[in-house]
Amino acid sequence: MLTIIFDGIAYGMLLFILAVGLSVTLGLMNFVNLAHGAFAMAGGYATVILMNAYGLPFLATLPFAFAFAAMIGLALERLLYRRMYRRSHLDQVLFSIGIVFMAVAATDYLMGSQQQIIHLPEWLRGRIEVAGVAIGAYRFFLVVVCGALVVALQWVLARTRFGSQLRAAVDDTRVARGLGIPTDLIFAATFATGSGLAGLGGALGAEILGLDPTFPLKFMLYFLIVVTVGGTATISGPFAAAILLGIADVAGKYYIPRLGAFVIYFFMLVVLLLRPNGLFVRSGAR
Amino acid sequence: MTVALETHDLVMRFGGFLATNRVNLQVARGARHALIGPNGAGKTTLVNLMTGVLSPTEGRIVLEGHDITAVPIAARVGLGIARTFQINQLFPSMSPLEAVSLAVAQRAGRSAGIWRGFGALPEIVDEAADILEGLHLADAMTERSDRLPYGKQRALELALALASRPKVLLLDEPAAGVPEGERHEILDIVASLPRDVSILLIEHDMDLVFSFAEKISVLVQGAVFLEGSAREIAADRRVREVYLGESADG
Amino acid sequence: MSEIVGNSRERARRSAAASSRWRLPELAFWGCAVAAIFLLPSRHLLLNEIAIVGLFAMSIDLILGYAGIVSLGHAAFFGVGAYAAGLLAKSGYVEPASGLLFAGAIAATVGFSASFLVIRGSDLTRLMVTLGVALVFVEVANRFESVTGGVDGLLGISMGPILGLFEFDFGGTTAYCYSLCVLFVMFLIARRIVNSPFGTSLRALKENRMRAGAIGIPTAKRIVAVYSISAGFAGIAGALLAQTTAFVSLEVLDFARSADGLLILVIGGSGYLYGGIIGSIAFALMRDALSTLTPAYWLFWMGAILVALVVVGRERIVDCAKALSLRVRGQPK
Repeated sequence: MLTIIFDGIAYGMLLFILAVGLSVTLGLMNFVNLAHGAFAMAGGYATVILMNAYGLPFLATLPFAFAFAAMIGLALERLLYRRMYRRSHLDQVLFSIGIVFMAVAATDYLMGSQQQIIHLPEWLRGRIEVAGVAIGAYRFFLVVVCGALVVALQWVLARTRFGSQLRAAVDDTRVARGLGIPTDLIFAATFATGSGLAGLGGALGAEILGLDPTFPLKFMLYFLIVVTVGGTATISGPFAAAILLGIADVAGKYYIPRLGAFVIYFFMLVVLLLRPNGLFVRSGAR
Repeated sequence: MTVALETHDLVMRFGGFLATNRVNLQVARGARHALIGPNGAGKTTLVNLMTGVLSPTEGRIVLEGHDITAVPIAARVGLGIARTFQINQLFPSMSPLEAVSLAVAQRAGRSAGIWRGFGALPEIVDEAADILEGLHLADAMTERSDRLPYGKQRALELALALASRPKVLLLDEPAAGVPEGERHEILDIVASLPRDVSILLIEHDMDLVFSFAEKISVLVQGAVFLEGSAREIAADRRVREVYLGESADG
Repeated sequence: MSEIVGNSRERARRSAAASSRWRLPELAFWGCAVAAIFLLPSRHLLLNEIAIVGLFAMSIDLILGYAGIVSLGHAAFFGVGAYAAGLLAKSGYVEPASGLLFAGAIAATVGFSASFLVIRGSDLTRLMVTLGVALVFVEVANRFESVTGGVDGLLGISMGPILGLFEFDFGGTTAYCYSLCVLFVMFLIARRIVNSPFGTSLRALKENRMRAGAIGIPTAKRIVAVYSISAGFAGIAGALLAQTTAFVSLEVLDFARSADGLLILVIGGSGYLYGGIIGSIAFALMRDALSTLTPAYWLFWMGAILVALVVVGRERIVDCAKALSLRVRGQPK
C-alpha cells in the first residue's frame, strides 16, 4: 500500500517536471502547446544516444538532455512559436499538432519505431528499504531529484528578480511591458527552460514511461489534465494535480488491472463534474 | 404603483471589494427611471445582476412578484428582461437583419427551428424589418454589423434588445460615444416606446437624464444614496455639488 | 410613410430568401461529382474515400465552423458509427441504408452524452475532454476484443444489396454512388440546418456568446444539440466506411483521423459547408503526390502542411488554392 503511494508520488513528480513548462507557457503566453511532449521526447532520445553510442553514464547525460531540449525549444520559439502567441486557440492547436506530427515522423525516420531501452547504473536498480517500506531505488532517486527541482523552481519564482518579473508578466503582460520588463526575453527564456525541464523529464522518465516516437501523442492527455486540473496561476496547483494523477494512475493499474487504463479518464471526468475550471484555480481570478 | 422589477438587499462582493451594497431598487411598471452616479459606483454591476450575468452574493431579484435570482441569463430574457451594453456587443459578421431576425425568432419561440430558413418565416422577417425601420437602420440592414458606423451600431444594440419585446428594458449608457447631434435621436426612440415597457436608464449626460427620466436613483459606492423625482434630484444640493457640478464642468 | 415600411419589409424578405438560394457554382460542383462516376471509372475507390472523409470533415465543420468548438477527438463518433454499422452487419442485418441510420443514431446518442462534458469549462478543458473521450473509445475497443476484434479489426463483414437493389462491386462503383448519394443527402440536411434560425443562433454564440445569451438564446442547449447532430453526421461517415470497405479497425478511432479532419477543414476553409469536401479532395491529391515521393513519412508532410498553413496564414493559401481548384463559392467567408 505505502509502496504504491510512493510509486504514485514518484510518477506524479515526474509528470510535474514534464508538464510544468506547459503550465507556465499557458499561463504566461496563453499558448496551448500540444507539442510539449515532443521536447520531452527530444530529451529522452538525447540520453539514449549519449549512453548507447558514446557510453556516457546515465547521470552525466541528464544535463545534456536538458540542454538539448532547451536549445530546440529556444530555436523554435524564436523561429515559429512567437508568431503564434496572438493567434486563436484553434491556430495554436493546429500549429502544435503539426509540430507533433513532424517530430513523431522525424524521430521514427532517424531512430526507428522501436521502444528505446535505457540501462540504468547498478546502484539505481533493485529495491531499498526506507522506514520499513520497500521501494524501488530508481523511484526513490526520482523523488529526490524531482523534489529538489520543485524546490529550486519555487525558489527561482519566489526569490529571484527573474521570478518576480515572470510573475508580473503572467498576471498582466501589458502592464509588465509598460513597466519596462523585457517580456520578449522572458517569454523566450521561460519557453526554453520549460522545454528543457520537459527534456529532463523525458530522460528521467524513459525507464518508467517508455520511449518511442509516439511519446508526444501518448502523453498529450496527461499533460493537458495536469494543466487543466492544476490551473496556470501557480506551480503548486499543477504539482498537486500531477501527484494526484500519479497516485490515481499507479493505484488504479495495481488494484484493478483490467480497468486500470480507465482510471485517468475517470479522474478527468470527476474533476470536470465537480470543478469545471480546475481543482486549484485561484478563486476570484475571473 | 405596481412594481415591475425590484431588488431586495442585493449584495455583490468581488473578493474584498463591495460592488453592490444592500441595494433595494424598485422599477415601477411603465417607469422612466434613471440610474446615475459617479464612475465605479456599481451601476453596470447592478445591471449585470439584474440580467443574470452575475449572481449576487446575497439578496433577491424579483420580477413581477416572481423571484428570479436563480434564473439563468437566457431564461430571464424570455421572462421579459432585456438590456443593452455599455460597450457594443454585436455579432460582427452578421447583418442587422440577420441578428434582429434571430432575436425576434428567439422571442417567438422559433430559434430552435432546424428545418425552415428565414426565407420561409416572413412574419419574423417582417417584424425585424419594422424594428430596423424604427431605428433608422433599414438602409443598412444587409451590411455586416462590424462595418456599420458607430452610431448605427449603437442603434442596432438597441434593436436587439427591443426584438425580445421586453417588459423591463435596462439601458446601459445607450448614447455613449454617439455624436452630440444623434444622441437625442436614440433617446427619442426610447421615450416613444409603449408605456407598458418599464425602462431603467444608466446615463452620464445629465441633459438626457433630465429630459427622459421621471424618477432618478443616485448610486454611490455600491449603495443607493438618494432617490426621488427628477425635480427633487435636480434640486438636491448634495447631488448638485458632488455630481452635477462635476459633469457640468466636463 | 407606409410605402417606405412596405419597401423595407420587402427588401428584408428578399434578402432572407436569398441566403438559402442555390447558386450556379454549387450546382456545377455536384454536377462534377456525378460526372466523376463516368469520367474517372478507375478511381471509384478513391472517390468513395474522398466522399466519406468529406462527410466526416463536414461534421466537424458543423461544430467548428458554425459553433466555434475545437474538438481533438471527433474520430470517436466516426469510430462509433463504423463499429455500429459493422457489428450490425455481422449480426445478420445486412441492408446498408437502414444500417446507416442505425449507426448515425447510435453515434448521435453517444455525442449527446458527451456533449454535457463539452459545455463545461474553457477552451482548454474542451481540448482535454474531446481528446480524452476519443481515447476512452480506443481503450474500450481495444479491451473488448471479443466484440470488436481488437487490433485485428472487425473481419468478415458482408453487406447485402442497398435497399435490396444494388449489389456492391469490386471496382467500387456502387460504393461511390452510394457514398455520393449519402453525402448529398447529408449536405442538404446540413444546408437546411445552417440556414435555419437554429444555424444562425449557432453563429451568434460563436461570435459573441454574451450577446447571444442576452437576446435569450440558451447557449448550452444549442451546443448540446449541434454536438449531437455533428456526432450523428460523423457516425454516418464512419458507417459508410465500414459498409463500403467491409472492414473496421481501431484506426477509425485514431487521433490522426481527428487531426486529419481538422487539417482538411483548414485546407478547405470552414463555415460554408463545402470546405470539408473541397479539403478532402485536396487532401487526397496531396497524399497521392507526396506518398509517391516518400511513402512512409506521410505523417511528416501532414505536420509540415499544418504548420505552413497556420504560420503563413490559411486565408492566403486557401485563397490561392481555391482560385486554382474548382471555382466553387457558397457564401463568401
